[in-house]
Amino acid sequence: MKILVPVKRVVDYNVKIRVKPDQTGVDLANVKMSMNPFCEIAVEEAVRLQEAGTATEIIVVSVGPAQAQETIRTALAMGADRGILVKTDDELEPLGIAKVLKAVVEAESPDLVILGKQAIDGDNNQTGQMLSALLGWSQGTFASELGIDGDKINVTREIDGGLQSVKLAMPAIITTDLRLNEPRYASLPNIMKAKKKPIDEKELAEYGVDAAPRLEIVKVAEPAEREAGVKVETVGELVDKLKNEAGVL
Amino acid sequence: MNTLLIAEHNNETLADATVKAVTAAAQMGGECHVLVAGSGCAAVADAAAKLDGVAKVLLADDAQYEKQLAEPMAALVVSMADGYATIASPASTNGKNFMPRIAALLDCSQISDITAVIDANTFERPIYAGNAIQTVKVNEAKKTVTIRATAFQAAGDGGSAGVEAVGAADNPGLSEFVNEELTKSDRPELTSAKVVVSGGRGMQSGENFPMLEKVADKLGAAVGASRAAVDAGFVPNDYQVGQTGKVVAPELYIAVGISGAIQHLAGMKDSKVIVAINKDEEAPIFQVADYGLVADLFTAVPELEEELGKAGL
Repeated sequence: MKILVPVKRVVDYNVKIRVKPDQTGVDLANVKMSMNPFCEIAVEEAVRLQEAGTATEIIVVSVGPAQAQETIRTALAMGADRGILVKTDDELEPLGIAKVLKAVVEAESPDLVILGKQAIDGDNNQTGQMLSALLGWSQGTFASELGIDGDKINVTREIDGGLQSVKLAMPAIITTDLRLNEPRYASLPNIMKAKKKPIDEKELAEYGVDAAPRLEIVKVAEPAEREAGVKVETVGELVDKLKNEAGVL
Repeated sequence: MNTLLIAEHNNETLADATVKAVTAAAQMGGECHVLVAGSGCAAVADAAAKLDGVAKVLLADDAQYEKQLAEPMAALVVSMADGYATIASPASTNGKNFMPRIAALLDCSQISDITAVIDANTFERPIYAGNAIQTVKVNEAKKTVTIRATAFQAAGDGGSAGVEAVGAADNPGLSEFVNEELTKSDRPELTSAKVVVSGGRGMQSGENFPMLEKVADKLGAAVGASRAAVDAGFVPNDYQVGQTGKVVAPELYIAVGISGAIQHLAGMKDSKVIVAINKDEEAPIFQVADYGLVADLFTAVPELEEELGKAGL
């Protein structure tokens, strides 16, 4: 079974981002970038399926700037076999990315595509579902457990209020939630080995897909600041203030 | 042009998130039509018809929609999408699941998790876990939108819209529901509770959460947790408040033993009143708290329960 894992290079999740003074976006100059945490979970799941003998090949793809090659290398060091970088300096929207990924799927014919449920920059939570729609495949979003069952896949999903299990026809799209697994750290020997694994560099234009941005970003602003309140000395004082000052009891 | 709002419900009752999403949908111009897709869900359609701002309720009552699986839901909505400029739903896990599928099938863009409607085509939404607010405009004839319900007031119930039945669409047959395990609790649901009491890594173990539950029961509150507490296995994932969990905006949020990581703040900073109890006076949670108590939670929480009792709760 062949697995395709799309990954995204984003601002590291520990970085406190700053909005640009002209409100055109978020300042990404000299900011630490990493693989999106949900994408790491997707790579880890694919590697575990390979270790279990279920998957035979893992291909990692990223659509983004030249530096996204580092993100692909990280996935190769975790255990993926080869990479594809679709180069573009435009910031594509989820539908555009899904159209590019559809073209990659058609060229590579994977049985399963595993993606992160959302990227922690745009917080859109759209790409996997859109790719599934464009391909006419089934979708198992927000997965916390996967089990291959012949030509079907059982997916346990994190839903509001609990868990839901669905059985999906393959090929399928899976998007990962936090508790699917805990991604490994790549070992030094594996990082060295990853340097020799192939990454196929493509230009976006080669896919002949219209992925041009369609939305107009009017502005990006700082959220309303919340002012720090007061410190109370005792629990009694706290309850008194909640009751008589804030009026919430 | 009209808006089609897809209702969140459990086939018996209309979710609070839908009641709030109607308020957002009514601000998008044109008529607001509500689609209730489910199985044996006529009572839900009747409830939706009573909401202020709803012009018409469309009822698709068929076994294939019982669990609102993405593949049949998308096929249904696409079959009835003509005449709507906007297709919307609450940003629940159901909405997040099927809405982008609908958008791609209609070849239109989706605006996720909106927190304000500026005009029919312009919306505000949080990005980077709420550390920035993006204003985005759609310049095309169709779009899908998911609505962060906690950002909107509930619609009133003085309406009297008609209910029309709509036929089922062909089921693509790609997916099959197997089962679900819903957390059983007598407490209110996290995202609609008026008071939320959350515990963090400082709770040290899941065995200490009953201490918070006692306080929660006094306040009629839901119990939540930080991602750190969930990752440490203290409580299940559906307790998680934060960027990657649930977003809450109750009247009162009590954070116990929570340091206040960015990702947690993203899920609760719109609460009306925030209380923080933490023994580390440098914890970032104090920067957003209206009332901070620097104390050992293992003495402060039982004391809080007692004081609430004295206050007549």
